[in-house]
Amino acid sequence: MNYVVLDLGDVLIAATLLLINGAISVALALGLGRSLLVAAVRMVVQLALVGLVLRWLFESVSPWLTLIAALVMVGFAGYEAMARQEQRLAGGWGFGIGALAMGFAGISVTVLALGAVFQPDPWFQPRFAVPILGMVLGNCMTGVAIALNQFLTQARQGRRGVEAMLALGYERDEALAPLRRPAARAGMIPIINSMAAAGVVFLPGMMTGQILAGVEPGQAVKYQMVIMFLIAGGTAIGVLLALFGASRRLSDDRHRLRLDRLQS
Amino acid sequence: MVVTGPSGAGKTQLLRAIADLDPAAGEVFLDGAGRADIAAPLWRKQVAYVAATPAWWGASVRDHFEPDQFDDATRLLEDAGLEGNALGWPVDRLSTGETQRIGLIRALARSPRVLLLDEPTSGLDEDSRQRVERLFDRLLGDGGAIIVAAHHHGRLDERARTRLVVAPGGIVSRVEQ
Repeated sequence: MNYVVLDLGDVLIAATLLLINGAISVALALGLGRSLLVAAVRMVVQLALVGLVLRWLFESVSPWLTLIAALVMVGFAGYEAMARQEQRLAGGWGFGIGALAMGFAGISVTVLALGAVFQPDPWFQPRFAVPILGMVLGNCMTGVAIALNQFLTQARQGRRGVEAMLALGYERDEALAPLRRPAARAGMIPIINSMAAAGVVFLPGMMTGQILAGVEPGQAVKYQMVIMFLIAGGTAIGVLLALFGASRRLSDDRHRLRLDRLQS
Repeated sequence: MVVTGPSGAGKTQLLRAIADLDPAAGEVFLDGAGRADIAAPLWRKQVAYVAATPAWWGASVRDHFEPDQFDDATRLLEDAGLEGNALGWPVDRLSTGETQRIGLIRALARSPRVLLLDEPTSGLDEDSRQRVERLFDRLLGDGGAIIVAAHHHGRLDERARTRLVVAPGGIVSRVEQ
């Protein structure tokens, strides 16, 4: 591959753009200077660390280290998906259900891709497994967060409708279905949008990166298509699992709506 | 059975507990069968709770009935003084009285054996009230039971076999007649 090797100086040149941003913030008294600086420093530190970890991980090619990396990623995804919810399940259930749903969706889709599409040797090759899982989880996380937030918020607002169904002998799955459907749709909209707009409105980041790194555009496009399908499949699985898990937790075996299990 | 008492005395809470909509201590029996031995959806098909202001889950009245209940529902709507085509009405344009009657019919169309009614006639005019009470008579005549929670004493009182007066904290009096 014929890619241009970047050194620290190149990064510094790009970083000078931040000075312009900072100057504008000061001139217009936007008060963004501090958060801009913090975010930029965080980005640099986080990526530098990830670069070190990845290099070490890729050189080790250990199944256990790869699995640990995957679990850590799932944990962070579970945390981030819950971090900005208006309504969440009390007592760790929100994190648990979200992380389990995303972990199952992300890992199963990644294993499928490794086994059937990329077929690296060995199959868990971290150079493939970690970035694929990362892309699937990152998008799945958005879908799951939106879907759960919508579902739990609507459960509180639509409580009377759900209980009216339960009071007439409907099962909990039937009574919660009217809330689950729009929540699932909301969770899937981001990935549907990005599939529809890919290549027309924006060039996907991974594909752009590959092209910059010297990959022939035809190949870069095929990689991107595979990734998009993996993301769409992973998001659908994750959203559905999370919604069914939340439905279960929000009701009990006597088919009652248990809003007391929401964190107020 | 009629349950009366001031607001906040726990009338609604009692009905909801019987319907098993909230976790509660205590046992309830229907013809000798304990509630705990009956699956909750099956229990609530026989012991149906109708809230004071019924809520909707679909867009039109029809969405709240199963297809095989449409004929019965149409008849019941007419008996309650509503038009037979009320099934096609959108629920967001119903008046208070219509909401109350349709909420009740929604339960009656499922042929429960026991009705738990929360202020069932509070929003009805005299004519509607009499029509609805005739529906109650029919259920009672068929061997069904009704438990009504009401603010004040009403017509159903006269027929009640048990009268329960509740206040915050518990039962004030219980009269069998």
